Amino acid sequence: MATKLLLEHINVPGIETYDVYRSKGGYRAVEKALKTMSPDDVMEEVKKSGLRGRGGAGFPTGMKWSFLDRKSSNPRYLVCNADESEPGTFKDRYLMEKNPHILIEGLILSSYSLGSNSTYIYIRGEYKWIVGILEKAIAEAKNAGFLGKNILGSGFNLEIYVNNGAGAYICGEETALIESLEGKRGNPRIKPPFPAISGLYNCPTVVNNVETLATVTPIINMGGDEYAKLGIGKSTGTKLISACGHINRPGVYEIDLGLPVDEFLNSDEYCGGIRKGHELKAVIAGGSSVPILPAELFMKNAAGEARLMSYESLSDGGFATGTMLGSGGFIAMDETTCIVHNTWTLARFYHHESCGQCSPCREGTGWMEKVLHRLEFGHGHMHDIDLLVEIAGKIEGNTICPLGDAAAWPVAAAIRHFRDEFEYHVTHASKVKDSRKAHLPNYKTATV
Amino acid sequence: MSQLFKITIDGETTEVAPGTTILNAARQIGGSLVPPAMCYYSKLKGSGGKCRTCLVEVSQGSEKDPRPMPKLVASCSTPIMDGMVVKNLTSPKVLEARKGVVEFLLINHPLDCPVCDQAGECHLQDLSYEHGAARSRYEEERRKFDRIDIGDKIQLHMTRCILCYRCVFTADQITDKRVHGIMFRGDKAEISTYIENVIDNDFSGNVIDVCPVGALTDKTFRFKSRVWFVKPMEAHRDCPKCSGKTVAWLSGDEVYRITGRKDKYGELEEWICNDCRFEHKKISDWVIDGPRAIERHSVISLNKYEKGIKVETPKKIGYGNTR
Amino acid sequence: MEQTQHQFQFSEKSLKKVQEMKTRYPEGKQKSALLPVLHMAQDEFGGWLSAPLMDYVASLLDITPIEVYEVASFYSMYNLKPVGKCMFEFCQTGPCCLNGVEELIEYTEGKLGIKVNQTTADGKYTIKAVECMGSCGSAPMAQIGTYYYENLTKEKIDKIIEVFGQPDFDPFKKYSI
Repeated sequence: MATKLLLEHINVPGIETYDVYRSKGGYRAVEKALKTMSPDDVMEEVKKSGLRGRGGAGFPTGMKWSFLDRKSSNPRYLVCNADESEPGTFKDRYLMEKNPHILIEGLILSSYSLGSNSTYIYIRGEYKWIVGILEKAIAEAKNAGFLGKNILGSGFNLEIYVNNGAGAYICGEETALIESLEGKRGNPRIKPPFPAISGLYNCPTVVNNVETLATVTPIINMGGDEYAKLGIGKSTGTKLISACGHINRPGVYEIDLGLPVDEFLNSDEYCGGIRKGHELKAVIAGGSSVPILPAELFMKNAAGEARLMSYESLSDGGFATGTMLGSGGFIAMDETTCIVHNTWTLARFYHHESCGQCSPCREGTGWMEKVLHRLEFGHGHMHDIDLLVEIAGKIEGNTICPLGDAAAWPVAAAIRHFRDEFEYHVTHASKVKDSRKAHLPNYKTATV
Repeated sequence: MSQLFKITIDGETTEVAPGTTILNAARQIGGSLVPPAMCYYSKLKGSGGKCRTCLVEVSQGSEKDPRPMPKLVASCSTPIMDGMVVKNLTSPKVLEARKGVVEFLLINHPLDCPVCDQAGECHLQDLSYEHGAARSRYEEERRKFDRIDIGDKIQLHMTRCILCYRCVFTADQITDKRVHGIMFRGDKAEISTYIENVIDNDFSGNVIDVCPVGALTDKTFRFKSRVWFVKPMEAHRDCPKCSGKTVAWLSGDEVYRITGRKDKYGELEEWICNDCRFEHKKISDWVIDGPRAIERHSVISLNKYEKGIKVETPKKIGYGNTR
Repeated sequence: MEQTQHQFQFSEKSLKKVQEMKTRYPEGKQKSALLPVLHMAQDEFGGWLSAPLMDYVASLLDITPIEVYEVASFYSMYNLKPVGKCMFEFCQTGPCCLNGVEELIEYTEGKLGIKVNQTTADGKYTIKAVECMGSCGSAPMAQIGTYYYENLTKEKIDKIIEVFGQPDFDPFKKYSI
């Protein structure tokens, strides 16, 4: 039985407008919170819900909120991270396009709890048309008295602004996002200090993902305890999964955490199985940064137990045999997929997106891409495979921000599980060359 | 005042003020346990954290919370805690990571030391000597840029740059109208003025001194001599713009170049003005105070002075050795 | 003729919008409006940011030109060279490759007689290959102007080339293809 909290009314015509959203019970949570709850009460409910950050890291949201420096005399800020750019992930886009008011409502609740009077939505630049959708929803909410001064007579003031990025994956990292929101290059900051102490304009700041903040709406409506009953173990509630690749029904699905992966992949309610006449070869379960798994290790963990779509079950076995739920960007690949090619395109992505601040990431991502390109086009050597593992190992853990890890993991995991394919590209180089049209022995990546 | 924090680095314990970074605590202890720093510069606000050569292992977070830190941390930007235990040279993990960082820094470096004016006083050279491998595993084409002049006295050789950002912070600090910065991103990032522009400021020459490699060099000294063939002498003059305290690099009675005075970590003691640096190249312009004991670079210091000048010969090349 | 910043002047409407944007941020933090204002400048003045145009933006926000150059060159959506009015920005990251974007890019290249990162001689079309656009479930795709064109096929590319080559093509409008 699937619970729909975020996508409950997603197919109701006009749900993106205030009137329809309101008629479906919208902004009830704001009324409840601002009239009957203190800011701390709201945080308490979020804590009780067990909600974990939906952007990828899975950090408990209530705990993150509790770190915010409330003693500071500076203003406090909430920033909504709508810089969704993790390959395979398009759930926030879907939610903002289809049901913007649930996000605005979540933002009002969260801002109230955190004491933010100016809240910013930082949305990736490519989602140009969604800026208009959000600004319209904000104007409607303001018109209805849910934004502005002294909201519902509570004394709480709030304005929400939308600020667009301009093409930089790195701005999904919270301190890079803050820099970008300040009108600067998206270079992640050196931590400490953490944003909870010194973030936007050096003021205490919380940065949360779109889905995380939207989820605060149903949490306040139903209560944290009720929300925590959904899901499994520490993976409470529901999660949006964006599914793509070689499946019959790509799209965004809301699942109860703990749904068996088999059901998610094969049921017609979700992915609808692998495209006709093909079989599953590998899965990237939570956005391109998480380790790729071969089909058998994805369906069942090393102990042979069926895997579930939950933080714990997917990471069972560590990186040796497991992966991560990450952002919920689910990429399924059938047997026609060349893992070397796929790994190269992902390495190209991280190379392109490295901010270039710290040396391991700046130099290492480019190096990996170039070596992978050689292998992909039949110019590689056997020792290149171990070289890649070593470069990945030298990047991982040694960079300013997690982009280094995110670049290293997919390469290391692909070689861990599909080494034979990399070797094939060396042992059958001429065959590979024939099948690849591009032929660039001295590869330079495209310039900006 | 608040009480001091106890910190142990490679088995040596000291007490430092709260808020001190691990690197600066190590510098207070001194010796070979001081981590190398290619981007951090104590006099430049905002510098540090980028090059990752100063990574260390924190094997005990603090007295109160003795758990180790899960990842290596940049010692230049991590504040100490009371009772923290840090491993630098005693950590195989650190040495391995540092070797990796050196390899990364070198893959796109031209390794043109034979024709580089910085050779002999290049921090990247020292770092590679100490932590690098003998051969590069990098087979791909290296990044290349054209040399550009930023003003008639300073040359930018971007190909050698390791993107430490020091020159940018310097410009931020000495002027409110910075004209050069970091363009583009990733491994395509470069120091540039974007449009043809001259760094025109009385103190702009200091970017040469803060550059850890040969990316920014003094055109008035270009190809004139190897640094180890000239003698560094402490010199001063009455200067209306700066302290006038410099190092004059002499060959006989000829002034080959003027630089600021650097401490044992290669950092300038004071900014000097362009007038002193570029316009006073006659021995009569200066009062020579005596030989400058160059504390950091053996190749310059060795066999240069008569007996009686205190120049220690280190047992081992480290970053905190007094030479 | 060489451009100067003085030849650029936002429309009344845009100037008002810039003024409004500056009020969204605390006093002295108007630099926060830089990314949105650069987008506006690019959209209003021919799809790319020349140095004088960036200088104009700097003057509007009371910041130095170098601060604008640093930012404009960091983000991939700002064009520092002229581009065609119809700019294909094909997503070339993993999931789009699984669904055949490479073949489609090649097809478009052949059809227009240009390569990725080039503009046709008539200045109408540019092809770019960009990284993940958040459209993985509707791959292959390209962004053209404001909107995404998804589940692309060779037939759809043909149609886009035809329709978007017309003089009245408006990149800020959504076309059903």
